[in-house]
Amino acid sequence: MSKVKIDINHIAKLANLPLSAEEEKTYDKQLTAILEYVKHVESVDTKDVEPTFNVTPNKNITRKDTASKSLTQDEALNNVSNKKNGFVVTGGVFENE
Amino acid sequence: MSDLTQLTLTETISGLEKKDFSTEELNGAYLTRIKKLNPKLNSYLFVNEESNKIPAAIKDIISVKGMPLTCGSKILEGYIPPYNATVIKKLMANSVSVLGKTNLDEFAMGSSGENSAYEKARNPWDVSKVPGGSSSGSAVAVAADLCAFALGTDTGGSIRQPASLCGVVGLKPSYGRVSRYGAQSMASSLDQIGPITKTVADARLVLNWIEGADGKDNNAVPNPKSQIPNPKSIKGTKIGVPIEYFAKGLDQDVEEVINTALNKLKDLGAETVEVSLPHTQYSVATYYLLMASEVSSNLARYDGIRFGKDRSKFGPEAKRRIILGTFALSAGYFEDYFIKAAKVRTLIKQDFEKAFQKCDVIAGPVSPTVAWNLGEKISDPLTMYLSDIYTLSASLAGIPGLSVPCGFSAGLPVGLQLLGEYMDEETILSVGEIYQSATDWHKQKPGLN
Repeated sequence: MSKVKIDINHIAKLANLPLSAEEEKTYDKQLTAILEYVKHVESVDTKDVEPTFNVTPNKNITRKDTASKSLTQDEALNNVSNKKNGFVVTGGVFENE
Repeated sequence: MSDLTQLTLTETISGLEKKDFSTEELNGAYLTRIKKLNPKLNSYLFVNEESNKIPAAIKDIISVKGMPLTCGSKILEGYIPPYNATVIKKLMANSVSVLGKTNLDEFAMGSSGENSAYEKARNPWDVSKVPGGSSSGSAVAVAADLCAFALGTDTGGSIRQPASLCGVVGLKPSYGRVSRYGAQSMASSLDQIGPITKTVADARLVLNWIEGADGKDNNAVPNPKSQIPNPKSIKGTKIGVPIEYFAKGLDQDVEEVINTALNKLKDLGAETVEVSLPHTQYSVATYYLLMASEVSSNLARYDGIRFGKDRSKFGPEAKRRIILGTFALSAGYFEDYFIKAAKVRTLIKQDFEKAFQKCDVIAGPVSPTVAWNLGEKISDPLTMYLSDIYTLSASLAGIPGLSVPCGFSAGLPVGLQLLGEYMDEETILSVGEIYQSATDWHKQKPGLN
């Protein structure tokens, strides 16, 4: 893990996060320091230790597959900035759309 | 009737039952006080003048139908939730109304309140100091008597730390005790909703109202209703004092206040035993890797399509954590960072399990210092992260934590942290309640005019 550096430009692209050149510079500096610190975990012996993702004993909790009352279409679309005929308008997924 | 705002929640309910005053008088008194003090303290982002029952301040990351929800971010400016969070439904069923939505660090990310995209909340004990975070406005509202009680959320200390810095009671329930349906997710394996109140007895009551499974948060497990015992004694209760929480980095004056509080508990019949939580030193690194990873995933939903504005509207701390988290989850680094941190989390959890074999409750400071100056740490994120050292481990382990006012240093409040075993809020609440019956730190009020 030593000498790892975050490629801010690449990561911002993965995260769909628009950053200005100045922001990139600031985060680069701050995250280098933060990464240096979190690398601390490297020194812990975790041989034969299972990871914890959930502290509860819960496993495969499911709900009954039944229909119930939910928001109306109007309510669900209330906060959409761009809508048409009761649908959400979005940008195209493929190029030139 | 000008002192209605000073009543605790329990006293407020009793006064209403005895018809000493009406809900109109009660809400009127709070609204008048908010009008006077909010411009100075920036506790509320939204005030509901229609509030007509027991008035509660709700952290503005919890959805209340028809009231703006900002999460302290510009990305949600103008968003109006079409439904109530489960905790809001439960409060309403107990004669509570929402008096307003309180300020916070953007998406609950911060330890000072300063990451709010709006006017920053200020500490009522000294307005040049931070109130703590991320439930900054909720702690301020309780400390300044701007509500009967408040709700906050705690992912790594966001209820306990502002409660400590503002001199009020804050309870982070065990992970899974309270449904988070309708609260915006920050780090889903850590987030909990809990009360910020004027007394421990009030916190017990609010927990009793809001806890339980709802079928909408699958980690909220069915739980027997809290027993409401009448704690009379802590004689023989074993209080574990972790050596790592009194090591280098703890302010000397804060340490003295905490030791005095521990001695008080001994006077009241408790025994103290030394315990060790050897992985404490890794908690900040572990937490920031896991939390940031979960944040980067949860905040992906803000795409400006179904609600909210575009992703350029995130503030600096949100962006920093999205980048760190995306990195920790990215190809080539996932095993070394995310999985490694999840394994260290197991060791941190085991530290507590071992410690609780020797004691009933663990006690120590909430924060290594009292409230610091506004602006002091904001440009140095790592220093800010390190101020969470005593609250993060309990969050990673999923156990409950209570902050109880226990004195002052340089005129600023200090909080005693009581940690309990998983799903055992009762013991820490009882210790806190008995402590408050023998002390009057919680009755001290900031000089606000």
